[in-house]
Amino acid sequence: MQQRDFDIVIVGGGGAGLRAAIAAAEHAKEHKTPQRIALLSKVYPMRSHTVAAEGGAAAVTSPEDSHQAHFDDTVSGGDWLVEQGVVDYFVHHAYQELVQMERWGCPWSRKDDGEVQVRRFGGMKTARTWFAADKTGFHMLHTLFQTSLKYPEIERFDEYFVLDLAVHEGAVIGVIALEIATGELILLRTKAVVLATGGAGRLFRFNTNAGIVTGDGMAMAYRHGVALRDMEFVQYHPTGLPGSGILITEACRGEGGILLNKDGYRYLQDYGLGPETPLGKPENKYMELGPRDKLSQAFWQEQQAGRTGKYGDSDVVYLDLRHLGEKTILERLPFICELAKSYVNVDPVKEPIPIRPAVHYTMGGIETNPQCETTIAGLYAAGECASVGLHGANRLGSNSLSELLVFGRLAGEQASQRAAQTEWADERLLEAQGDRQQAKLLRLCDGTGSAENWVELKHAMVQAMESGCGIYRTEEGMRHSLDTMRELRARFNKVRVNDTSKIFNTELLECLELECGLDIAEASCLGALERRESRGAHQRLDEGMQKRDDVNYLKHSQVFYQGDAHAELRWQDVDVRFSAPAERAYGDAGKGSKA
Amino acid sequence: MSTDQITAKRVSTDNTSANNISTNHTKTKHISVKRYLPDSSTETFWQEYDLPVDDSTSLLDALNHIKEQLDSTLSYRWSCRMAICGSCGVMVNGIPKLGCKTFLRDYEGDIRIEPLAHFPVQRDLVVDMAIFLEHLAAVKPYLIDDNPVKPYDPNAPETYRQTPEQLERYKQFANCINCGLCYSACPQFGLNQEFLGPAALTLAHRYNLDSRDSGKKERMAELNRHDGVWSCTFVGFCSKVCPKNVDPAAAVNQGKVEAAKHTLIALFKG
Repeated sequence: MQQRDFDIVIVGGGGAGLRAAIAAAEHAKEHKTPQRIALLSKVYPMRSHTVAAEGGAAAVTSPEDSHQAHFDDTVSGGDWLVEQGVVDYFVHHAYQELVQMERWGCPWSRKDDGEVQVRRFGGMKTARTWFAADKTGFHMLHTLFQTSLKYPEIERFDEYFVLDLAVHEGAVIGVIALEIATGELILLRTKAVVLATGGAGRLFRFNTNAGIVTGDGMAMAYRHGVALRDMEFVQYHPTGLPGSGILITEACRGEGGILLNKDGYRYLQDYGLGPETPLGKPENKYMELGPRDKLSQAFWQEQQAGRTGKYGDSDVVYLDLRHLGEKTILERLPFICELAKSYVNVDPVKEPIPIRPAVHYTMGGIETNPQCETTIAGLYAAGECASVGLHGANRLGSNSLSELLVFGRLAGEQASQRAAQTEWADERLLEAQGDRQQAKLLRLCDGTGSAENWVELKHAMVQAMESGCGIYRTEEGMRHSLDTMRELRARFNKVRVNDTSKIFNTELLECLELECGLDIAEASCLGALERRESRGAHQRLDEGMQKRDDVNYLKHSQVFYQGDAHAELRWQDVDVRFSAPAERAYGDAGKGSKA
Repeated sequence: MSTDQITAKRVSTDNTSANNISTNHTKTKHISVKRYLPDSSTETFWQEYDLPVDDSTSLLDALNHIKEQLDSTLSYRWSCRMAICGSCGVMVNGIPKLGCKTFLRDYEGDIRIEPLAHFPVQRDLVVDMAIFLEHLAAVKPYLIDDNPVKPYDPNAPETYRQTPEQLERYKQFANCINCGLCYSACPQFGLNQEFLGPAALTLAHRYNLDSRDSGKKERMAELNRHDGVWSCTFVGFCSKVCPKNVDPAAAVNQGKVEAAKHTLIALFKG
């Protein structure tokens, strides 16, 4: 087994991973401590799912805006389940990161005077979302990737699947990775690891996420004893295309798009988001600019009441952009036009787009402290895979692109600092862990034939997550989903891949991803079942649990891996140092509240 | 694995399938996929599959259906399934296409799927993109501004100004998703892998046109080589196959003008 040494290893080549790699390189340079940085990704970095983010990145920008306002929006948007010290740090550092992106060449959309333009976004009190047309994630990712090419100290391992962390006496000492092109394992000895592996939207059947969003990094940290925190909070984006789940950006509504039920009625006014705002005059935190959890819940209510339309087999409502006019639509939302035409044969200039909610974002993740470090020394996490405590029970749109910059940079700097002060571990320790992974792969590929079919297991997982842990949840549904995950985890032990070849064995990768998915799906179901209240994206229909319960559940859930046994849940206090929990209100009802 | 042709039986898809083929209005389509399994043989072979499709079925949906229901050994790349990540390029009846943006409803007769042309094949539909990545990196595709009026300071962050007109000059060329289709369409790249190729030249042009950049001189050295802009014979197929309407042919030819203007001498050295 080949072994290499790197001061820092970054797992994941999306926005957070690339930002961390650049930050580590800059930090090392600044402190005159040359460091070698490895960036591993299971896909080429520009394939990472950051590429699909559309709407924009939030930061306090205009003179009328304030850090306090962005803080309040984020805290109430997250239904007070956020770490307030973390939010405070975030809102104070987002702007400088977006400017840094601009200085690296990101093609932000501009005002006539050449200043960066901002747009409205849901749940935000004022327009503070920077955007690059409706391909913000794409432009950010490519800018970061291209900028990373300036740093020879960053060595990329493209299409390497990280199998495991090597941990010794409470500290991370390396990673074990599979070179997909050859099927060979490689050991990377290191002093610090940053996990930036993205979310887990593919646990669910119907989602906006790329196929690679399978929660691998979350599972890796979890199996080594790091808590997965707040995993019951899964964001349904209100506007995905029927059939595929392809994302139609919230920026459509930020620009003034409206949502209609089958009768052409703007139904959001019936769900605490009204009164109706005039056509073409969107107002922050009203109607279509409410937060995602509320909008997806309103869809569900309309569906129950029989007021949704049909697109193929799907129940849908309609996103109408026509009143914006062709010029604005083509200038601000060109990608949306392309997607709607290609995938549902609708020209948004002429017709409303049929849409429905789709799983979009994993609010929870690998628990870190405010400096992005986990309970394993030297192991950091940033971006969607992490739970640094920014999003709580519901993320606001455009906070996550800023998050991956702010916390990607912080994690990279922390890792660099740690690497400068840490000795190399004994390499024999790494070899032993590498041998264990090799044995595991050999078992999966032993060619004995599969007693269990991974495709069947995968379909059972995504189906159970959708039916039990959807927009509205019940005790019985969640119990069933949790039992299903436990049963599927046991059955997975009998899975063997049919394809026993070494070169580019994508069946093997899918099996490994499924195994990760099953572990974290159990955590998600357990958190959901045990949280006997309704908060943000976790809404229960059960009697007595339909409201937020701060007395008992103003707590983060932490789920701990127990091997083949059932996972265990604990509760953790929430940092509410600046803003006491208050009622979360939008539309006219929210007029008086400070957020 | 035998190298004989195998015809897989049609397997019906139920509603719980994670892929995108619904049971309504399905008909059967026949597709042929060029296979290459280097673990077992150095020979390539064609494999035939029958699968249910409806009006919404993309080629990527079809490949995923094959992978999950018919033949788990088929390897190909994919990720976003919405034409933005650039992973799933393949040849469809000899034309480079994104699998996710190609719909089987648009094909009447045979559908023959091959790996992207002009790249070494690693396995089945997976090609080695290393040379593509090298070419991208060679053109210094990042903002170069060695003497900014105001250097970036995180404590007093300030942006450049760039008017919408200045943005418009390069915006189109910043939309490349690095899918590599234009390299498969480019006869010159087929003949000479050292040719920087459409995407890399477009990316260089994108930064050269950016009002914030002053790195044109550095990039010109690379662009002005024989394997730079001058290898392009303006076939223009690159722009035809581009799934994002980036128009690399225009970028390359504007690059030629720039290159000639800047260092005519290099043309004769080339």
